[in-house]
Amino acid sequence: MPKSRPKHLNLLQIRFPIMAIVSGLHRISGAVLFLFLPVLLWLWQQSVVSQETFERFSAVVASPFAKLVLLGLLWGYLHHLCAGIRHLALDLEVGVDLPAARASSMAVMAVSIGLTFLIGVLLW
Amino acid sequence: MVRREVVGAHYGLRDWLAQRVTAVVMLVYTLLFVIALIGLPRFDFSHWQAMWSAPWMRYATLLFMASLLYHAWVGMRNIFMDYVKPTALRLVLHVLVILALLAYGAWAVQILWGL
Repeated sequence: MPKSRPKHLNLLQIRFPIMAIVSGLHRISGAVLFLFLPVLLWLWQQSVVSQETFERFSAVVASPFAKLVLLGLLWGYLHHLCAGIRHLALDLEVGVDLPAARASSMAVMAVSIGLTFLIGVLLW
Repeated sequence: MVRREVVGAHYGLRDWLAQRVTAVVMLVYTLLFVIALIGLPRFDFSHWQAMWSAPWMRYATLLFMASLLYHAWVGMRNIFMDYVKPTALRLVLHVLVILALLAYGAWAVQILWGL
């Protein structure tokens, strides 16, 4: 064995591997997206029904708070999507060894956060 | 002789596969949606509504919603099975999720075909 086992689990010292963080965020983002489904359906409905409701939709999404929430949900969607593609690759036994799994986890974080930031800058 | 192997309820493989098939459907739809969005001449009400009322968009979105609802059901059920131990509470949560998802599906159809 390479290293001796830790003698205690100090919560300030133990670190999740990046794969565990990506996996945990996949689950959390899925649950959050589920919880926000009615909000998203309502916004979608407002935006397509009529000119008046479209203007109400525009006013709602123009507030900084709504923009932050929607960008958070966009990050959740993009993370869930990227991590999902990674899962499909792992199912096909692509990238299952440790360095590749670590690199693809980094890629999931970088692509989802990067795209969210880019779209946020474009839309703000 | 009574055979005593623990074999489970046999929905595991079906849902594992369904989770992946619905994921691919949603991935393809997401790419098509981004293309449609980029193709909008301007973001105003008439162009936005026209995008949604195109027949291919309606049926593609319906397929996306159906995939989303099944995918969300499998995902939420897995979360509840992992963290909610009391059977009665878990059953109530499962029923609530199913009812909510059915309502969202009906809502989406109403939006798409009410345009």
